Amino acid sequence: MFQKKTNVLALCILSLIVLATITAQWWLPFSPTNIDPEKRLTAPSFDHWFGTDDFGRDVFARTVVAAQVSLAVGGIVALFATVIGTTIGLVSGYFRKVDFILMRVIDGFLAFPALLLALALVAALGGSLINIIIALTLAFFPVMARVVRSATLQVKNESYIEAARTTGASHFVVITRYIFPNILSPVIVQSTFIFAKAILAEAALSFLGVGVDPSTPTWGSMLQEAQIYLTIAPWYSIFPGLGIVITVLALNLLGDGLRDAFDPHQVKRKPRTKVA
Amino acid sequence: MSDLLEINDLRVHFPVKKGLFQRPKQYVKALNGVDLNVRQGETLGIVGESGCGKSTLARSIMGLEEPTSGEILFNGKDYMNADAKDIHHMRRDVQMIFQDPYTSLNPRMKAGESIAAPLKAYKETDRVEKRVRELLELVGLDPDTDYHKLPHEFSGGQRQRIGIARALALEPKLIICDEPVSALDVSVQAQVLNLLQDLQKKLGLTYVFIAHDLSVINHIADRVAVMYLGKVMEKVDAGSFQSQALHPYSRALLSAVPVPDPSEERRLDRIVLNGELPSPADLPSGCVFHTRCPLATERCRTEVPVLEEKHNPNQKVACFHTG
Repeated sequence: MFQKKTNVLALCILSLIVLATITAQWWLPFSPTNIDPEKRLTAPSFDHWFGTDDFGRDVFARTVVAAQVSLAVGGIVALFATVIGTTIGLVSGYFRKVDFILMRVIDGFLAFPALLLALALVAALGGSLINIIIALTLAFFPVMARVVRSATLQVKNESYIEAARTTGASHFVVITRYIFPNILSPVIVQSTFIFAKAILAEAALSFLGVGVDPSTPTWGSMLQEAQIYLTIAPWYSIFPGLGIVITVLALNLLGDGLRDAFDPHQVKRKPRTKVA
Repeated sequence: MSDLLEINDLRVHFPVKKGLFQRPKQYVKALNGVDLNVRQGETLGIVGESGCGKSTLARSIMGLEEPTSGEILFNGKDYMNADAKDIHHMRRDVQMIFQDPYTSLNPRMKAGESIAAPLKAYKETDRVEKRVRELLELVGLDPDTDYHKLPHEFSGGQRQRIGIARALALEPKLIICDEPVSALDVSVQAQVLNLLQDLQKKLGLTYVFIAHDLSVINHIADRVAVMYLGKVMEKVDAGSFQSQALHPYSRALLSAVPVPDPSEERRLDRIVLNGELPSPADLPSGCVFHTRCPLATERCRTEVPVLEEKHNPNQKVACFHTG
């Protein structure tokens, strides 16, 4: 895991982003909401490292603070989707009778592209942080459920599961003590990918204007505001865009690294599924 | 000695699902009328080639496989038609040792925890650690160092010892050994077999010992049952199995045992069976062995032989040609 440089790099970048955005209010030279009309759309300089936006706000401060929303949404969605998806996947993989019904429901969810489903849900529920988290959780848990189900089906046939049953272990004990610990690695790997996908999805929703409250800076909403100035103030678009790219890339690299670390036999698997 | 386990006309058929509506069109007859009895304190060896239903028999006794018909009586009580609570209760007395020590232990569970698991399942939570230590010692492992090790830190033989300790945790009366040594190195096989024999003497255990290696069976069994295609072909005392086996299939099995001396090997007149094992989904009519039997006659193709006493009361054979 830590022998590969990319893994270490990914971990460093992520830690840096998390640390920077959490402590932002104590060290940022400008407030992300501080308007300075005289300095509208100024190019990057020593004062404003990433330039200023159309209200004269510091793009660096806004980019750093915007990471809070992205990471919070990504992290919480990854957590919820993992908990729900893992539970459903375990139950579905272990009990053949509920499997058929549960998997048809999951198929129903998977029939919609994740982003479209989230968009429809946010449109129906209304845009707020909580609703976005609900919508994205619903969009991403089916993938986790599928992954966990297939892993469960595989582990279920091992003879230690049979051994556990013959020694009188209940279904609950078999699932929690025998199956779950043995499928943990795909769960962890998949949850890092969901983390990255959720960040991208949240940015897309914000970009489309159905994201969180417009007063909070997010990478998606910044990109949306910046697009009309793309030719005269490219820095306004580039830096929030870079924020998304670097965070998602680091998460994906981390996910790859974790997968390889858990799975030493497969040096190279088929190309990774594209994000979002 | 009384019968601890009695199996009467046990059949286990697996449906083969085909077509759009998954209607079973065929059945794989894994067990097709098995009659066995296991006496208190003895070791019943079960031999037969791959696919003859040995493991299905073990799984049925353990309640892992639902029998299609027939009965399994444990201590005279019907195992199959008891309710879930009674089965849970009865299961205590019947434990199993698995074939592959590499897959029969949870790789994420420490040895001590694996052995403690049955105790916890039966809510015997007081002094678990002490009991587990006793068990580790009993099977020849070190309670201090081995308690907290994970399965991958053990060798195959040591793992099988953990599996044995786990099976012993609930002080069962009957232990089903499903080829417990076939996955082990020959040098380790003898150690594990001797351990099983010692434990039998110490704890008064009864074994159903499944194997395909006749030398292993000779070493450990008191009686032998030969299975072929889901049926018992011959039941005989282990002492007279080698010299007095009557069923042509038993004789073919015995004659296939390798001999270490090549010159003696050349002098041997082996019985070589022709053809393949018929598919258990499409069993031959009459005696299931007639397709490969050197003695087969017209009668064998139409009539099914039953297990009958031959020569002495301890030998039962299902064949028309063994007077």
